[in-house]
Amino acid sequence: MPADFVREVDYVARLARLFLEPEEKEHMAGQLSDILENARRIQELDTTGIEPTSHVTELPAVLREDRVRPSLPLERALQNAPRRKEGFVRVPRITLSEEEQE
Amino acid sequence: MNLYEKTASELSRMLQSREVSAVEVTTSFLERIDQVDPHLKAFITRTAEQALDTAGRIDYFRQQGEQLHPLAGVPVAVKDNISTMDLRTTCASLILKDYIPPFDATVITALKSAGMPILGKTNLDEFAMGSSTENSAFFPTRNPWNLDRVPGGSSGGSAVAVAAGMAPLALGSDTGGSIRQPASLCRVTGLRPTYGRVSRYGLVAFASSLDQIGIISMNALDSALFLNLIAGYDPLDSTSLPGEVPDYTAGLEPGLEKLRVGVIRYGSTEGFDPEVTEMVQKAASLLEKSGANVGEVSLPLTDYGLSAYYLIAPAEASSNLGRYDGVRYGFCAGGDSIEEMFNRTRGKGFGPEVKRRIMIGTYALSAGYYDAYYLKAMKVRTLVRRSYEEAFKKYDLLLGAASPTPAFKLGEKTGDPLQMYLSDVCNITDSLAGVPSLALPGGAHTSGLPLGLQLTAPPLREKLLLQMACFFEKYSEQAPRRPVLDFIEGGSSDEL
Repeated sequence: MPADFVREVDYVARLARLFLEPEEKEHMAGQLSDILENARRIQELDTTGIEPTSHVTELPAVLREDRVRPSLPLERALQNAPRRKEGFVRVPRITLSEEEQE
Repeated sequence: MNLYEKTASELSRMLQSREVSAVEVTTSFLERIDQVDPHLKAFITRTAEQALDTAGRIDYFRQQGEQLHPLAGVPVAVKDNISTMDLRTTCASLILKDYIPPFDATVITALKSAGMPILGKTNLDEFAMGSSTENSAFFPTRNPWNLDRVPGGSSGGSAVAVAAGMAPLALGSDTGGSIRQPASLCRVTGLRPTYGRVSRYGLVAFASSLDQIGIISMNALDSALFLNLIAGYDPLDSTSLPGEVPDYTAGLEPGLEKLRVGVIRYGSTEGFDPEVTEMVQKAASLLEKSGANVGEVSLPLTDYGLSAYYLIAPAEASSNLGRYDGVRYGFCAGGDSIEEMFNRTRGKGFGPEVKRRIMIGTYALSAGYYDAYYLKAMKVRTLVRRSYEEAFKKYDLLLGAASPTPAFKLGEKTGDPLQMYLSDVCNITDSLAGVPSLALPGGAHTSGLPLGLQLTAPPLREKLLLQMACFFEKYSEQAPRRPVLDFIEGGSSDEL
């Protein structure tokens, strides 16, 4: 299982956008396979015809009145951004030019 | 007796009768923090100046004869995953080490408008994921009953702050036992209200369908006073419950006649300290002698519930923690591409337990595994809820333990996540069912460490829990007590 599972860990870490050091991966593979093995015991329960519970309150979706209200000022909203410029957050480039795409 | 040894309700009375000033009260707690917190490490951030400022304002208003809230001038400690405007809120994570919220959580707005001085922000397991407060990215907190032991978690800092007389009241959060388990390990009272009874707005999200803000205090009356302030519908939290909030302090004198109490027989007693089982039996016979109808109830899904919880909570966490990407707030590790920036920021910013949960959650939600893990766990949750509905047809109240063992040693379970997860076994199914639950002192282990009882009631029956806690405070021999802190020169006082 573990050797196989390291590949699985690689895949899941990619989905979760989570960089793991090689030794971290190996350690985690062992722990995750134990945890998931324990979790699998819920398969023993018969849940035929049982609806899933995603929430306990059974409240209907609440819609508020569509009214203009004050929101966080731009400065406040950006105060924690690690990189910002002229009222925007700054990130590495995420789009490619047409030539680059080819 | 020092002011810091008083309960919140005593302080409230003394403040209202002007026997003491809010500045005197706050100063007493701040001095106590200075004296003992270097050893216990309950606080991540202390806010002495702001606390004294609030206290001074309250004293002024009182002099002016203004009508004040009963808790005006009663100080409070706040778990560091509850947003406080312009005050660092770290979640005990490197990824939020320097995060300054631009807004207050609804509970914080409430305690500010009541005039409660905030003493500081308390330590926790990173993002409230853990049962020992050892997963804090900054430092572990120590149990005041034995410094080599954990205080429980994740609200370990809040439990220790109250237990050691550093705050008369504290706010915590409970997803799968994070208020009740540390309360029981530190011999204080911990209340997890019904899911939705207290607004979650501004509580940093871990598992949204389970997270609930609650209270740590020295007794039930103090919890009632505080719950009066923070309970109620909040338009900013669409999962908060509409409807009237009763006066929780009224009619706390318990009448036990005809009360039907179900004593929980746990599915597997594996890992249960025999003295814990004994404590529950003793409490049950006390209730019986006092006129309650006591029966036995087995919640056969306890073990399955634990397994389901450790899929549902990580699944929700993996989604909720997607927001920490180094763009809008928090730590950013940089990178040449956005992909690299995300990966590195999260890889460096999150600690091991948070990474484990994100991985489990992402796995359980991923294509091919969703049905077998996440969907199945949600169906098991339905079965758990039904088992509670069945139990509450027969009983008004359930009685059990708040933790299977007394406080364990620091480092004892950090290498084995599954063992750590098992320390929440008494608490988790209540959370899955969304029902209110309260931990209270239940006695002492032969080792001298505290043991805790847990009471569970149907939705919105917090009053019944508080009444029963009052009963135990009055009639059991387990009156609230504080630890002797012998690391302080000359020891410290003990009996409340």
